[in-house]
Amino acid sequence: MTPIEPVPFVTPERPRRTVATRLGTLLPKIVLAPSFAITLVFVYGFILWTVYLSFTRSRILPVYDLVGFDAYYRLWSQPNWYMAIKNLAIFGVLYISLCIAIGLFIAILMDQRIRAEGLLRPIFLYPMALSFVVTGTAWKWFLNPGLGLEKTMQNLGWESFKFDWLINTDMAIYTIVIAGVWQASGFVMAMFLAGLRGIDGEIIKAAQIDGASNTAIYRRIIIPMLRPVFLSAVIVLAHMAIKSYDLVIALTGGGPGNATELPSTFMYSYTFTRSQMAVGSASAVMMLMGITAIIVPYLYSELREKRS
Amino acid sequence: MSFLEIRNLTKKIGSNEVLKNISIELEKGEFLVLVGPSGCGKSTLLNAIAGLMPLTSGQIILDGQVINDLHPSKRDIAMVFQSYALYPNMTVEENIGFALEMRGVDKVKRKEAIRDVAGTLQIEHLLDRRPSQLSGGQRQRVAMGRALVRQPRVFLFDEPLSNLDAKLRVEMRAEIKALHHNTNTTIIYVTHDQIEAMTLATKIVVLRDGAIQQVGTPHEIYSRPANLFVADFMGSPAMNMLKGRVVTVDGARRIAIFDNTVNVAVPASVTVDLAEGRDVILGLRPEGITDESLADPAAGSVTRVDAEVALVEPTGSDTFVTAKLQGGTFTARVRADVSVAPKERFTFLFNLDKAVVFDPVSKQRLS
Amino acid sequence: MSAASETVSAGSARTARIVIYGLLFLLAAVYLLPLYVMLTTSLKSLAEIRGGDMLALPREPSAEAWVKAWGQACIGVTCEGIKGYFWNSIKMVVPAVAISTVLGALNGYVLTKWRFPGHKIVFGLMLFACFIPFQAVLIPMARVLGVFGLANSTAGLVFVHVVYGLGFTTLFFRNYYEAFPDELVKAAMIDGAGFFKIFWRILLPSSGPIIVVTVIYQFTNIWNDFLFGVSFSSGAESPMTVALNNLVSSSTGVKEYNVDMAAAVFAALPTLFVYIVAGRYFVRGLMAGAVKG
Repeated sequence: MTPIEPVPFVTPERPRRTVATRLGTLLPKIVLAPSFAITLVFVYGFILWTVYLSFTRSRILPVYDLVGFDAYYRLWSQPNWYMAIKNLAIFGVLYISLCIAIGLFIAILMDQRIRAEGLLRPIFLYPMALSFVVTGTAWKWFLNPGLGLEKTMQNLGWESFKFDWLINTDMAIYTIVIAGVWQASGFVMAMFLAGLRGIDGEIIKAAQIDGASNTAIYRRIIIPMLRPVFLSAVIVLAHMAIKSYDLVIALTGGGPGNATELPSTFMYSYTFTRSQMAVGSASAVMMLMGITAIIVPYLYSELREKRS
Repeated sequence: MSFLEIRNLTKKIGSNEVLKNISIELEKGEFLVLVGPSGCGKSTLLNAIAGLMPLTSGQIILDGQVINDLHPSKRDIAMVFQSYALYPNMTVEENIGFALEMRGVDKVKRKEAIRDVAGTLQIEHLLDRRPSQLSGGQRQRVAMGRALVRQPRVFLFDEPLSNLDAKLRVEMRAEIKALHHNTNTTIIYVTHDQIEAMTLATKIVVLRDGAIQQVGTPHEIYSRPANLFVADFMGSPAMNMLKGRVVTVDGARRIAIFDNTVNVAVPASVTVDLAEGRDVILGLRPEGITDESLADPAAGSVTRVDAEVALVEPTGSDTFVTAKLQGGTFTARVRADVSVAPKERFTFLFNLDKAVVFDPVSKQRLS
Repeated sequence: MSAASETVSAGSARTARIVIYGLLFLLAAVYLLPLYVMLTTSLKSLAEIRGGDMLALPREPSAEAWVKAWGQACIGVTCEGIKGYFWNSIKMVVPAVAISTVLGALNGYVLTKWRFPGHKIVFGLMLFACFIPFQAVLIPMARVLGVFGLANSTAGLVFVHVVYGLGFTTLFFRNYYEAFPDELVKAAMIDGAGFFKIFWRILLPSSGPIIVVTVIYQFTNIWNDFLFGVSFSSGAESPMTVALNNLVSSSTGVKEYNVDMAAAVFAALPTLFVYIVAGRYFVRGLMAGAVKG
């Protein structure tokens, strides 16, 4: 080993950094700061504000005297709110499961070396480009009990065909499911298709050599390997279901009666038209809690995964 | 004072010390190679010299000036990256000229400098292309051109050949060496490839876990490795490490190896007196164990050893033979035309002039 | 490619292909049906709609409903069609998309190439902001816009969309720049380029695809937004989606389904156009919006 003389020395004073270099090191933070500040104030600050309002007696205008859980008691004693929760459960479960079932089904069909893929893919996906209001408008007309599907089927000779879900209190919520699934299932299909395309072809070749049938390959190998896509799809769809507002307004307006009330429409009408701002805030807080419970663990695991 | 001096440099990331009290001196025109296994801190050290990463403590002094707090662009250094880091949206000409453009060199002078460098590297015909249209070797040249055009005080190379195929790597290695020769620049070069280190360097620094293991010329590092790690890391096939014990035969100290079945003279590289009964490790490179015909006639101390051959690996120019004896195996280099097959017995010549001895506990070489 | 290749006999393989293609085209027809009905209805006269069949092609196609929807249909108290609202949306979308994209690009650049302690938390907070139900910020935002005189104005909506679009644009650019080699930034630093120069000369010229993705994503989202539009604007200041809903759900006078459908087509046109022109990027944006980067 070539010995290195330990050179005794005194650390000389660090050269003073000039204003320019100090500005240079601060610049990235200066650039990011406005966006971050905006997020802090307009997202997190506003959330706190809403939470605060939910503990007040605010009606048509905000008031700032805290009265505890009063608004939450009132919220949870509203039949309307139970209706909204029940509807969200029906809508959410059906919307998520149907989107995934149909999306996966189409994706598997599309994965069979289809020649017309370039033509078909955009057809399944275009509804996603539309506004929910447009979707709602189109389906409202399509399902119109007098002039829409019902009449068409009767014209075709099925005289007794009846389809009045849109104005049927018990069935109206399902029209929202239909329109929602029509809009989002193509997107789920695209997610699954991307997942299918990402599977290593050698694994499938190996399974074929092992003598697995096509059905067995999908059931035992491919679909289990798509687990992350299932997770992403459930999260994204659940998130969309909770936030669904436009579709309901455009399709049924929350009616007939309160038959298609959802938490999102509940919040809006209590806050802005029924002058029950505190109750509206409380319902918004409940929605936020629901979404947080779904999204935060997901984001946390996504961001962690990326590190490794 | 040396041209480049690194004094007591330490870098901590969190509580993890990735560089431990590094001190290196380098004269103008030297070719320094930092070598070590991945994760040893060599690239971190290079980044620190470039100024791409703040230090925890210590100093970097270039030409008498402390450059710790200087921005990378103010240090007058150039760097060639492992991925070449060519700007994908610029042509070769713009890539090479970018640094000059940033310094406000006017267009005419810039063009002239680019032509010059492109001439040296024989890439004039590529100037209008984009990086994506170049082959690996061409990219490598452009990356070097980008460094050369600035005529920096120090060149930094970060594993510049690791993305090339084997043949091109050997070619570019020779070119880098020629470039250093012709331009007499100061170069610091990082690699994990010990052959690159041996062929290019005028001075090698072997790093491990953020600490310097040895500093020396290629010859010193190769023939007088400071410790077991350096001995094992440099050279391929690796040095034979034979467990031994000091014995006295006819009043002279010798080293018994292979469970006492063979004893050899204490190598000349050991000047300290070895106590009898002491455990040692005898290090002997494969080329120090040969057949009769390849033996060095000038060798002062040779021991013949009969052993059973276990494995024969011809490389074309030489043949490496692994042989078994009681308590261990060793690898020898024999002439390619020697006829030898597994299970046969064969006589090997151990050239103790080339041997070194290590302490098994401290793992340091005994001198 | 994961398609399991056919190992069965040629005959049954052909049957299988026919079934697969048959199913796919049937499904495609179902997906296209609402659009088809929307278009054909908009080209029919009211009499034909009442008397005829929803699925039938128009007997005498006429653009009358389109003209009426654009220029004469009554929305609220005014009867000037949807054209004003269409322009409202344009005036809202263009600046909102531009500002949020530029900020997102800079944020993504800082969060990947100029990391500082805590960058993960900053990003995490901005990312979560993408997913909150906007109901949770509606009331405070209404108050604040009122205080600053931005209520019921396009400027107010631009501001709102920039604020709540930042998370997504930042996410897009961050994930894109994450894969951008650090060595290029280091090389540019050694070459003497500063913070903005590196961004402008090195990163931005390579950012074409992600800019397209972000612009399309933001454009679609902001154009299609209803909640903010209905909450923070009213009357003549409303964006297109709100006007469409008002038109369709108004219960006064004769229900003109053809005009409703024509207006719906107008509302769908810009995003459909973008989708047809740049569908690939649209899908990529959707996927990235599902977080996976």
